[in-house]
Amino acid sequence: MRNILIILAHPNLANSQINRTFIDAIEQNDKVTIHDLYLTYPDGVIDIDAEQAKLSSADVVIFQHPFYWYSAPAILKEWFDLVLQFNYAYGPKGNALKGKQWLTVITTGGSKEAYCTQGHNRFTIRELLTPFDQTAHLCEMEFLPPFVAHSARNLSKNPDKLKHLAEQYQKFIHELQDDNFDSESVSHLQTLNQRWEQ
Amino acid sequence: MEHGNLLFDAFIYLCAAVISVPIAKRLGLGSVLGYLVAGVLIGPFVLGFVGDQTNVMHFAEFGVVMMLFLVGLELKPSLLWKMRGPIVGTGGLQVLLSTAVITLIAMYLGLIWQQALAIGMVLALSSTAIVLQSLQEKGLMKTSAGQSAFAVLLFQDIAVIPMLAILPLLAVTSPELTVNADTSQAGWVKGLIVAGVIAAIIFGGKYLMNPIFGFIAKSKLREIFTASALLLVIGVALAMQAIGLSPALGTFIAGVVLAESDFRHELESNIEPFKGLLLGLFFISVGAGINFELLLADPLVVIGLTVALIIGKFLVLFLLAKSNKLAKPDAWLFSVALAQAGEFAFVLFAFASTSGVLPTGLIGLLTLVVASSMLLTPLMLIVNEKYISPRFATHKKEQRPADVIDEDNPIIVIGFGRFGQSVGRLLLANNVKATVLDHDASQIEMVRKFGFKVYFGEGESAELLHSAGADTAQAIVVAVDNVDSSLNIVHMVQKHFPHLKILARAINRLHAVELHRLGVNEIERETMASGAELGAKALVALGWQSNIAYRTSRLFKKHDDQSVLELAAFNGDEHEYISKTNEARRLLEETLKQDGTWQHDADEHAWEKPGKLK
Repeated sequence: MRNILIILAHPNLANSQINRTFIDAIEQNDKVTIHDLYLTYPDGVIDIDAEQAKLSSADVVIFQHPFYWYSAPAILKEWFDLVLQFNYAYGPKGNALKGKQWLTVITTGGSKEAYCTQGHNRFTIRELLTPFDQTAHLCEMEFLPPFVAHSARNLSKNPDKLKHLAEQYQKFIHELQDDNFDSESVSHLQTLNQRWEQ
Repeated sequence: MEHGNLLFDAFIYLCAAVISVPIAKRLGLGSVLGYLVAGVLIGPFVLGFVGDQTNVMHFAEFGVVMMLFLVGLELKPSLLWKMRGPIVGTGGLQVLLSTAVITLIAMYLGLIWQQALAIGMVLALSSTAIVLQSLQEKGLMKTSAGQSAFAVLLFQDIAVIPMLAILPLLAVTSPELTVNADTSQAGWVKGLIVAGVIAAIIFGGKYLMNPIFGFIAKSKLREIFTASALLLVIGVALAMQAIGLSPALGTFIAGVVLAESDFRHELESNIEPFKGLLLGLFFISVGAGINFELLLADPLVVIGLTVALIIGKFLVLFLLAKSNKLAKPDAWLFSVALAQAGEFAFVLFAFASTSGVLPTGLIGLLTLVVASSMLLTPLMLIVNEKYISPRFATHKKEQRPADVIDEDNPIIVIGFGRFGQSVGRLLLANNVKATVLDHDASQIEMVRKFGFKVYFGEGESAELLHSAGADTAQAIVVAVDNVDSSLNIVHMVQKHFPHLKILARAINRLHAVELHRLGVNEIERETMASGAELGAKALVALGWQSNIAYRTSRLFKKHDDQSVLELAAFNGDEHEYISKTNEARRLLEETLKQDGTWQHDADEHAWEKPGKLK
């Protein structure tokens, strides 16, 4: 059994539909931890030592957040800036995160179709996520294809579809925990969601 | 057995109460039945510890007066005005119909109409003491049934006045002595006096009592405040008696007027224990007064009359409940609760006897019937609760929502000094309704000018918190400026209101440690946060970049909060006794030592490195 750390960054979870449904679907236990950054650091002052201690016992780190301005809510960027220190996460002695897996789980307002060269967001999700991909790479982590909930507004009005997505997410967490899926087989996918669409 | 000894009697009454009431409560029978049974046991017919109850009962009836004062305190004038329909409508119909039904039954049993009518009027009244106490204990006062029952009881209190006037007119034999009703004054003069006294109560309650209680509270002598609260109740009761009105009605009006006073909660908590004891004494005296010789002599007649009385009243009440569209369980509760005869019967029968309306023999029998019906009420309420109400459980949705008359706030702030004000202002500015308690009367006057609802009170008593709505609140902020008082409040809250989340102001480090040891984890030390904040500004003054200074300051505070937690976890018991001042010094030493080892390693490659702006 592997340890899963879910780092959640949503500034108003109470008013979110999708992120809250996802979080509610996750069965927490001693191997699966949900770490809500806005809840833990209401003043935004992140405790680096505490965060690094959490990371060290995780085998998979999931970053779950809305895809604000093609990136993450501010606190997660602050978290990257502070926690992923030189000689901890990268640099000649920085190998604390080596070999861990990185999964980004995001919600977007735009539809799946909007994220392509012809779409109004002009870039694919994978292209827009390259800073995260490269961050993982620099930390010698394995960047998995992202799990994406598109068209957030419509999705939040469609409880069946949302429930289905939440169940997929929860099932995938189980797979990650049991380490019984082949990450090579999904590495070429735009999003993890395509794995079930095939 | 000697009965003249006051201390001995007090000992017996208290013993009976202390033994039987907790047992009755434990068995789910309620305190009223406990008191009644205790009375039966110590009464002349079982153990014979106490004798004639008439004097005790008259004294104890004052508990009912106090009870109505307290009920009044919970009812603002506007709420009372909203209840005028049920009071006059339901209450009036109940008295009229019950009187008619009982009169007819009495005439059927062979009494002449004058006697039948007298009995009808007297028995139409229910027992305020038993009904209110039972419903309050079960938390049913705010339900539709409780509200309707209260409206009826209030009307009955008013109805006593015309009854006292009518009874002498029904005399069939010449009265033994002239009634004390003063006939020398013309009706309109009397009317003027009554109106004047009531106006005086309302005016005094509205404009005079606040400054007077404020002045007394400033003396900081608790017992004098209690004394003045008692003085107020007794004074109003005497004034009402003097003009021939019901004292209970008078204190009720006084209570309603004072419901908007700053001192409402403090008055409640001061009068509450007296009311409780006197009512208990009253119930005991009812139990002890039950004449078992008479019961054994003619059991069928007594039982038959009691059952007829209860069924007759029940049917009238049920009819009224139905016509008021009460839901079924409410209708049952309302009708069962009010189906007995009340304590007014004892007074009115005595009056009817001296006025020559009813013969003494009959009164003995009827008094027994009244007492039996009172004794049966708690039992009937239990039967209703256990066997009748559950049958309607499936119809719950048909019930109209309970009429809520409370303004219970989700949070209580105790202490509205420098610290509590910051908390309270933040809450109120964000439309979070807070009930604020403070013990400094001059402080209250000042902040009330700015529209805050602040109540006077020490906050250490469970009754005060109970009346401030602690039963329904979610959280409590203990912001008093005294360590002992703060710890007492925390103890009391944990004991009586375990559901409340406690948030506490800590005066100093040691206090914070003690609060942690009590299991309170939401703590802010009163100077730590502001000290750290100013410390950050000091760093900025020395050239630090403000966000870095702020971050450093917050991390330092976190480290310090953590060290307080560690000290709390450290078990000091293994050590010899150290005085508090010594412990405070030791704490400071320990803290400074820990600060020395706290190294905040700023990483050169993150933005954290302390830096000065040019």
